[in-house]
Parts: sequence; structure tokens; C-alpha cells
Amino acid sequence: MASKELSPNKRLLIIAGVFLAVFFTPFTHPRVAAAVQEAFLMLADYAHEHVLLCVVPAMFIAGAIVVFLNQQAVMKYLGPKAKKVVAYSVASVSGAILAVCSCTVLPLFKGIYKKGAGLGPAISFLYSGPAVNILAIVLSYKVFGWKLGLTRMVVSVVFAFLIGLIMQTIFYKEDEKRLADERLFQNMGGPEARSLGQMAVFMISMIGILVFINWAPSQGSSTLWDFIYSSKYWITGAFGLLLAYALIRWFSKDEMVEWGGATRDFALQILPLLFGGVLVAGFLLGRPGQEALIPSSWVASLVGGNSLLANFFASISGAFMYFATLTEIPIIQGLLGAGMGQGPALALLLAGPSLSLPSMLVIAGELGLKKTATYVALVVVFSTFAGFVFGMVA
Amino acid sequence: MIIQILGTGCPKCKTLEANAKAAIEERMIEATVEKITDLDQIMDMGVMMTPALAVDGQVLSAGKVLNKNQILVLLKEVR
Repeated sequence: MASKELSPNKRLLIIAGVFLAVFFTPFTHPRVAAAVQEAFLMLADYAHEHVLLCVVPAMFIAGAIVVFLNQQAVMKYLGPKAKKVVAYSVASVSGAILAVCSCTVLPLFKGIYKKGAGLGPAISFLYSGPAVNILAIVLSYKVFGWKLGLTRMVVSVVFAFLIGLIMQTIFYKEDEKRLADERLFQNMGGPEARSLGQMAVFMISMIGILVFINWAPSQGSSTLWDFIYSSKYWITGAFGLLLAYALIRWFSKDEMVEWGGATRDFALQILPLLFGGVLVAGFLLGRPGQEALIPSSWVASLVGGNSLLANFFASISGAFMYFATLTEIPIIQGLLGAGMGQGPALALLLAGPSLSLPSMLVIAGELGLKKTATYVALVVVFSTFAGFVFGMVA
Repeated sequence: MIIQILGTGCPKCKTLEANAKAAIEERMIEATVEKITDLDQIMDMGVMMTPALAVDGQVLSAGKVLNKNQILVLLKEVR
């Protein structure tokens, strides 16, 4: 998203608006006072529980993906000559590698659609980009637990594959006219600086740190689990040593500086959004078990339980609502705490981040109304169905 | 020499543009910096990973925010 410079008059107008809003807000009303307190308590919760140990290591991983993984190498699987099965599979998981920045999603989508593997893989990529993003997956695990976290990841990948394939089947005829251009998908990068094994050690050591520092006790249901918990700092330390070894042996100082820069850019891009998102979610919905501005009974009546209607409502509102990166997590956490069912929560997670009204308008500009409407309808129907099934099992 | 910055206007593209300007200023290279924001034109140049840097229509780097020194190295190669 491009940030525009505001004119002085507009800035004054915004400041005046903020003062007016504050002037008319009844802060002494118990409900509002509780909501304000909830907003900061939820923020404190995130600061204690999630940001330092979970989001920060994940940002280092995302930074490493941007700097050290050769993205061009992935692109060749999405070119016009790529095998179809490979193209769909790569597109469905490529979100984790390619789309770590939202401003690259659209050029890549258009390139794959117009000059590369075609409509199907392009749609798979479009869906998986925001949904299979490493930061979102990691924070989902941490906040929602492994059940919802794992389901979100697996179902997102499956959906990306299926929805792309269905779109291709429906619009088979119209897809023939595009101009293939192999040039876009060539590998421009030079020879690799490190072997695959060295990269694997580097990435696994970072993932190991992330996983084991966040290890939670099983509360007595598994002795192995609890044993790992009691020695989690030793295990994390071992992975830390491995990471230090990899960095010293195989990476130059310039590369480490570049890595630090990319990580910093992520922090600057994502942390303010997460900060604002948590505050808003806390203000409106409160932490689990606490009341804030919106009464829990409203939430429960709309998306409580696991009726087909609740799932449908969750996925259609998720499809139109705009979630900035990662903000879907505190918002859904707030909704869950206010009585939302597990099924509708999954439906919202599946339909929410990939679609929003602004993104629909942009896609419609590229694809036309008919294809866009079909895509949106597929996402909503699939998400509703998946939420419904998950709600019955969970 | 025309240095072209290919990108749709995201913060990364702006950083690359600023770095390119700083690079030619530092070495007093005779060059103008041009921005290409039209997605179709970017794709016609064979680029999908933005931001990208091209000199006189020849794409030298794609998908990376190069720093000043990296840009200078690339410019030395084409001259």
C-alpha cells in the first residue's frame, strides 16, 4: 500500500476529528471504562505472551526467507511450460516464500495469470499468499492452540489447490488467449552462495528456537511433552548454538546486515498493525472471559455454536472485511472469548485474510466481474463448509 | 544513461529509488532516474518481482532493495 503525504488542512481536520471523538466519548460510563482497560490488558497480554518469544523469532525467519532464499528459483515452477500438477502444488504453498510482502502479491498474480502457468495456479497463489504466511501461521498456533492452528494451515493449502483447479475448469475456454512469456520465470540469480544442506541447517535451527522456546506443558496428559517442557531452555540453547555456528561459518557480515535490515523492515511494517489491531480487538471484544464494549450475547447470537448459518455469516463477513496483516488473530481471539464457536472461527480465518472488499475490487479490475464473483463465491462456500465440519469435530 | 526503477509504489520501491539517486549523486554519474509504475509495462520488460532496477531498458536486478553500493557495482558493470 502506498502511503500518501497529507496536506496540512487534511491533517488539521483529522486532529479536529480526534478531539471531537474524545470530547463526546463517555469515558466515565462503566462499559467504556472497562473497554479501555480491556484494550490495554489485551495489549499487555500480547506483549507478555506472544510478541517477544513468538513474533520476533518469526520475523527473523521471514527476513531470512526474503534475503537468503532464491525466490526466482521458485518462479520457474509457475511458468508457462511448468507441469500443471507442480504449478498448482507450488502455488498453493508459495505464500510462505513469495508473498511475505503484500505489495508483491498483485504483480506476481498478474504475471502468473497473463504470462505464466495461467488462471488456476494464479488463483491458488492469490489465495495462499496471505493465508499461508509464516507469521500468521506461527501466531495462530501460539494464540489458538495446535488444533485450530494446524487446521488453518492445512485447510488453507488444500483450498488454494482446489479453488485454483475449479476456477481453471470453469473458465477453461477463456484461458487460451494469454501471451506466454518464459522470460519472466527465468532464474536471474547467480550461483547459490550456500549448499542446500547449509541452508537447511540455518533454517531448521531458527525454527527449532521458535518451536521449543514456546513449548507449553501438557498438563499431565503426556510425560514426553512435559519432559520437553522442563528442558525447553536447554533444547532452545542447543538450537541457538547451531544457529550461531551456521552464521559464523557460512555467512558474511554484509549478508547478516542485509538480513537484519529485512527483519527490521518486517517489524516496522507489521508491529504497528498488530499493536493497533490488538488495541481495537481488546476495546471492542475484550480478553477471553471479559466483557468490553460489544456485549458477548450479541456475538454469541450471531456466530455462537456451530449452525450452518453461523458459519456462513462468519465466512461472508470475513470475505468482505479488511484485515491488515496478522490483525485477524487478536480479533478472532476476542470473538472466541465472547462466545464465537470453533467452526465459525475457522470459517473466518479461512475467508478473512485472503479476501476483502478492496482486494476484490483490484482483482475484478484484472479478471473481470464474472471470474471474481465465482472466486469469492467459492471461497465463501468452501470456508462455510470447512467451518461446519471442523465445528462438529472439535 | 537512464536508470529505471520498476515498482508499483510500495515503500520498498521508494527506498530503491532513493538509494539509486544517492548512488548517482555520490559518484556524480550523468544519469536520470525514471520510475515505471505501470504494471503492464513492468511485465513487458520481463519483471514480476518488484522492485526492480533497469538501465536503459536492460533489467539488472529484480525483487530486491539494493543499497547504494550494490547499485554502484551494477552501474559499473554496464558502463
